Amino acid sequence: MPSYVLPDKCDGCKALDKTACQYICPNDLMVLDKEKMKAFNRDPMLCWECYNCVKICPTQAVEVRGYADFVPLGASATPLRSTDSIMWTVKFRNGTLKRFKFPIRTTPEGVAEPTGGFKTHQDLNSTALSTEPEALGLPAVFTLKGDANA
Amino acid sequence: MPKFETVIVETDLLIVGGGMAACGAAVEAAHWAKAHGLKVTLVDKAAVDRSGAVSQGLSAINQYVGLRDGANSVKDYVDYVRNDLMGVTREDLVADIARHVDSTVHLFEKWGLPIWKDEKGAYVHEGRWQLMINGESYKVVVAEAAKNALLKTGVGEIYERVFIAGPLMDGDRCAGAIGFSVRENKVYVFKSKATLVAMGGAVHVFKPRSSGEGFGRAWYPPFNTGSSAYFTLKAGAEMTCQEVRFIPVRFKDAYGPVGAWFLLFKSRATNAMGGNYMIERKDELQKWGPYGRVKPVPANLRNYLGMLDIQEGKGPLSMRTEEALAAISAQFKDDPKAYAKKMKELESEAWEDFLDMTISQALLWAGTNVQPEQKSSEIAPSEPLFIGSHSGASGAWVSGPEDLQTAETKSQYFWGYSNMSTVKGLFCAGDASGASSHKFSSGSHAEGRIAAKSAIKFVVENNAAPKVDQATIDAQIAEMMKPMETFEKSSKATSDPEVNPNYIKPKMFMLRLQKIMDEYAGGVSSQFTTNKPSLERALELLDFLKEDSEKLAAADAHELMRCWENIHRMWQAEAHVHTVLFREETRWPGYYFRADTPKLDDEKWHVFANCRCDPKTGKWEMFTRPIIRVFETKAATAGAD
Repeated sequence: MPSYVLPDKCDGCKALDKTACQYICPNDLMVLDKEKMKAFNRDPMLCWECYNCVKICPTQAVEVRGYADFVPLGASATPLRSTDSIMWTVKFRNGTLKRFKFPIRTTPEGVAEPTGGFKTHQDLNSTALSTEPEALGLPAVFTLKGDANA
Repeated sequence: MPKFETVIVETDLLIVGGGMAACGAAVEAAHWAKAHGLKVTLVDKAAVDRSGAVSQGLSAINQYVGLRDGANSVKDYVDYVRNDLMGVTREDLVADIARHVDSTVHLFEKWGLPIWKDEKGAYVHEGRWQLMINGESYKVVVAEAAKNALLKTGVGEIYERVFIAGPLMDGDRCAGAIGFSVRENKVYVFKSKATLVAMGGAVHVFKPRSSGEGFGRAWYPPFNTGSSAYFTLKAGAEMTCQEVRFIPVRFKDAYGPVGAWFLLFKSRATNAMGGNYMIERKDELQKWGPYGRVKPVPANLRNYLGMLDIQEGKGPLSMRTEEALAAISAQFKDDPKAYAKKMKELESEAWEDFLDMTISQALLWAGTNVQPEQKSSEIAPSEPLFIGSHSGASGAWVSGPEDLQTAETKSQYFWGYSNMSTVKGLFCAGDASGASSHKFSSGSHAEGRIAAKSAIKFVVENNAAPKVDQATIDAQIAEMMKPMETFEKSSKATSDPEVNPNYIKPKMFMLRLQKIMDEYAGGVSSQFTTNKPSLERALELLDFLKEDSEKLAAADAHELMRCWENIHRMWQAEAHVHTVLFREETRWPGYYFRADTPKLDDEKWHVFANCRCDPKTGKWEMFTRPIIRVFETKAATAGAD
């Protein structure tokens, strides 16, 4: 807690070269207890509840219980993240259920082309960055020296 | 203590950090490095896919100027930033980011970030400069382009889970960085011709409101630990705006975003009596010079009016969600079908706003059975944070671009390479560079690109590798690893390794820092108010803390990282206290209030308050730099309607 691991579901990512939650946690909080082969959050007080461990877990063994010092018990927010969208199930303390689905990206995973397909140039001394001016959608980069955008 | 192997990495450009600015730097650097046969190395203390302030996602892009549509001009953005920062901003830097940020956003779209569009295909704006996005995977998409740029072209390499403790210097030139892995027993020595720092701002310098588990729920992430400020200060760089902290007013405790509620749903915030402090206290704005008359009202003045209500016992403050949704539904009162559809849409938008970037807020609403159409929700100012990319301004003093200088600014704001600090070969972007606020996620990425192109130019023109002798490197490694040695040596002296008279563990060290800052430097418990004697007391106590930093102890590499993160925070704190003390006025009353100099003093203090810590003597030098306008000088009310 705030992120916690269900021991029945966690298999310590034994089929992988490193545990997924340990790999992704931006604050280096998730660790694997190698004796039990179960992951755990070693410092819940420094957990941002970013849910990256929850989203990445291959066995859905990681959940979040809201910060107990200000969130009443009983609520949950559960993501199901696919390659192009995420579905959330939000459960209220009083049992109300809400479900939302949002897109997460418009391209297949892995294909982001750094130039975005925009024309690049090789002038290291110009004010234009590598994909400019085309990526700006303008004929030239703004400058103080007589530009229409001023 | 396990033996740590030393790995030496030689490179041309070292990018330290993995967030938005660093990813922008990687994309741009790869292009120019390829053309010039150079190598680029990026080092991140976490995994680039989900590191930095955007690791959780975002629900909006806050900087898009819209130049191609003629929606706004570069000067419009400069006016907005200058006014919001009470006249203290580097117009050359803000204009530089503003002229490039749109191309960053267009790249994001190509890479796969879903940006909302209307039926005509135009971006959906949340506000004048803000675009709505489906941003759960914002960082994943941006990281993917950065990784592809470095790894698929063969010009670069990425080290993850390597924590950078500090800079490596060759006299007055930055020669790289040293750090250690938190996964393997390895020390890393990066030797580079140019170094680009983008390690974010600082959280947990001040005590947060929560003291239990909720401690980690800062608005800005707890893994932004002042590493940029430390790195640049230790390198001997001049710093600027170290007093300009940021205090976001957000949904109370979980710090969920309020932008959509204020801007998109047109919600009001009121006090507990239903009074609107923005209206009831509007005369107060007249006391804050020309900045009190601009529209939009500067963020810190909006904060301040609400804080005055709280101080007068009129809290809690609330976001009137029920009122805003009722007003929207009133537009559909004759069409129940359209009404149901609209409400469904709004509900989804409101929840996505939280789920994309602050899931804790969704949990808090669900845990307290909040239906926003029925009940308002509390808002509150958070603890102070250091975030030069947002409405704060702290960071290193960097050179602007030559073509955005006037005859008057050039001698002050330009020294050869855009975004280079006053230390040769040390470049800064995002939260690491100061006096260029309101760059947010997109502008930080754009600034990373600007800094990277400039750093590559520096390498091409200064291609001799800096030299650092082995004895210096060995001494720095010994200093870096000392907390582990201290633990090894003394941990058996008591039956509980957490309580030991020979050392201090990083968590207690952090809590001590936070208590000092909270009580004496204007934190939450002192109502963001301080004065000269309090600040001097803070410095006295910080001196003891600095002495005790020599006695930090770490049981493992993870804790060693925590030790250094807190040393970094301490340096950010010191720079802040010195500068708040130096500036004898109150300029940003909603960020901090100097009770002994309670008024704005534009005559004396319409200047940058800069500082530097001499790396040789450890002495702090405080001085001012002039604020010189780049764009045509109208009164500061240029943005007023």
